[in-house]
Amino acid sequence: MKPQKYMNPYLAGFLLGLVLLGTIYVTGRGLGASGAVKSVVLSTVIKVAPEHSANTPFIKTFNEEHPDGPLKDWLVFEVIGVMIGAFLSGVISNRVGIKLERGPNITNKTRIIAAIIGGILFGFGAQLGRGCTSGAALSGMAVMSFGGIITMFAIFGSGYAVAYFFRKLWLK
Amino acid sequence: MGPLVPFIISNEFNLVIALIAGIGFGFVLEQAGFSSTKKLVGLFYGYDFTVLKVFFTAGVTAMIGVLLLAHWGLLDLNLIYINPTFLWSALLGGSIMGVGFIIGGFCPGTSICAASIGKLDGLAFVFGGGIGVLLFAELYPMVKNIFLSKAWGGVLINEMLGMSKTTFAFLLTTVAIVAFYVTGLIENRVNGVPSSVDKKKRAIYKSAIGLAFFTLSIIAFLPDSNGQMEARIIKELKKKNFESVLIQSDKLASEIVNNYFRINIIDVRDTAAFRAYHLPFAINIPIEKMSDRQWKKILDQKHKANYFYAVDQQAAEKAWLIAGYLGKSENYILNESPLSFRKLFSDLVPPGPDANKKEINTFNFRKKAATDMKMLIEALKNSTEPVVVKTNKIKGGC
Repeated sequence: MKPQKYMNPYLAGFLLGLVLLGTIYVTGRGLGASGAVKSVVLSTVIKVAPEHSANTPFIKTFNEEHPDGPLKDWLVFEVIGVMIGAFLSGVISNRVGIKLERGPNITNKTRIIAAIIGGILFGFGAQLGRGCTSGAALSGMAVMSFGGIITMFAIFGSGYAVAYFFRKLWLK
Repeated sequence: MGPLVPFIISNEFNLVIALIAGIGFGFVLEQAGFSSTKKLVGLFYGYDFTVLKVFFTAGVTAMIGVLLLAHWGLLDLNLIYINPTFLWSALLGGSIMGVGFIIGGFCPGTSICAASIGKLDGLAFVFGGGIGVLLFAELYPMVKNIFLSKAWGGVLINEMLGMSKTTFAFLLTTVAIVAFYVTGLIENRVNGVPSSVDKKKRAIYKSAIGLAFFTLSIIAFLPDSNGQMEARIIKELKKKNFESVLIQSDKLASEIVNNYFRINIIDVRDTAAFRAYHLPFAINIPIEKMSDRQWKKILDQKHKANYFYAVDQQAAEKAWLIAGYLGKSENYILNESPLSFRKLFSDLVPPGPDANKKEINTFNFRKKAATDMKMLIEALKNSTEPVVVKTNKIKGGC
């Protein structure tokens, strides 16, 4: 069976807006993603290298802010939900399967390396900027946070600024 | 009234809510095509603006929804999480994220979606994201200054631009619609195909735009829940007879002395006036803050009677009406001003030699009440400090 077409972007946006609105109404906070990565990574570090964690101020503070354990965190549960939701959607639309997507002129290896480097930059930037596209930009826009909106402009602005230099990764 | 957490839904159950919200989030992202890196990056090369369309539509929908819920008094905007602004770290962090977006082809949320349906590049991005977080934790001392500088707190964009929230929402909705139109043109040119929005779709888009502006007009032009309450109160102020709920100072003083644990004395003047002088055991709830959620447990309970006083009689009557609007407590109004209460009990003038028996009795009563109140205040010193009720500020962020 062929994968089904993607949803109309405006309809998807409207539904996403309703999910976000519902979340804000019920919990008083928006959606997020990178925070969960942070919780998982730092809790691993705390388990693996407790001594080192105690000497690293950022991890120490994080640990102190999570007295019930860093994984009992709203965003961790939310991201587990994201995985379930995305998987369900993939199943419904026939898109599940081991795949690798890349630009036409690069090898699989280059794509994986680029994805890791991009991930590192995004992970670092999201910590510095206190949130990623979901937590800062999208949720910030919904509540009219100045910080969230300038983060959004910085993300997309810098994306456009450097897009030309990395065009070989994506275009013919 | 929202947010439902933590007052109506417990923090524990909130984690279940998180799971449900996440399922909705992930499902819609994947349906929109955000699990495909080519679709995401198309935004930057002009061949596919799906990201912009989904993102902007979602942001505008949620923003208008938040305003509408607040307008109807269903959502308390003072309690929701506003991402704090740290100018430099937001700009620098955002710029780094932008580069990561172009090189990696994802953002964290979308990479998780992609990984969930088996995309290896998505998985690699998530892995990289983990390294990035770790790197930040290790390098934190070096970036600490940038991370913490220019902390402006939870400022709002409309405040920065000097306009109302509704005006900003109007503006952003208009910008979004123009952007959808223009990017559609760009998309067609880059892909070399003619526009293909059929009649039916066009009609749907038009009605969606109409609905957005219609909702914004409701928010802008119809009175909000506070306005409605205000209007009703002004009407009632004119016709209501307050006789039955008026309490004289002497009666209140004896209530304080004998039943202090069964009454709340509520001072609805501003904080400065309250600090200058207030009745014994009074709680300060400035009249414009009465509907704040933190006072609900005082204004809507059945164990204690509430006695209101204000600068003048009319203000006290208004507070009484607001209290009736907000809850079902037993409410009364002090018939005199706080200053005359003070005069009666603090600056006692002994009756003259030709005073009659009633005057002497009143004097004796007031003198005793004044001493008793003083003793009570002394005895209950620790519990009579103005009650500071901590508002639970919701934590959020990415």
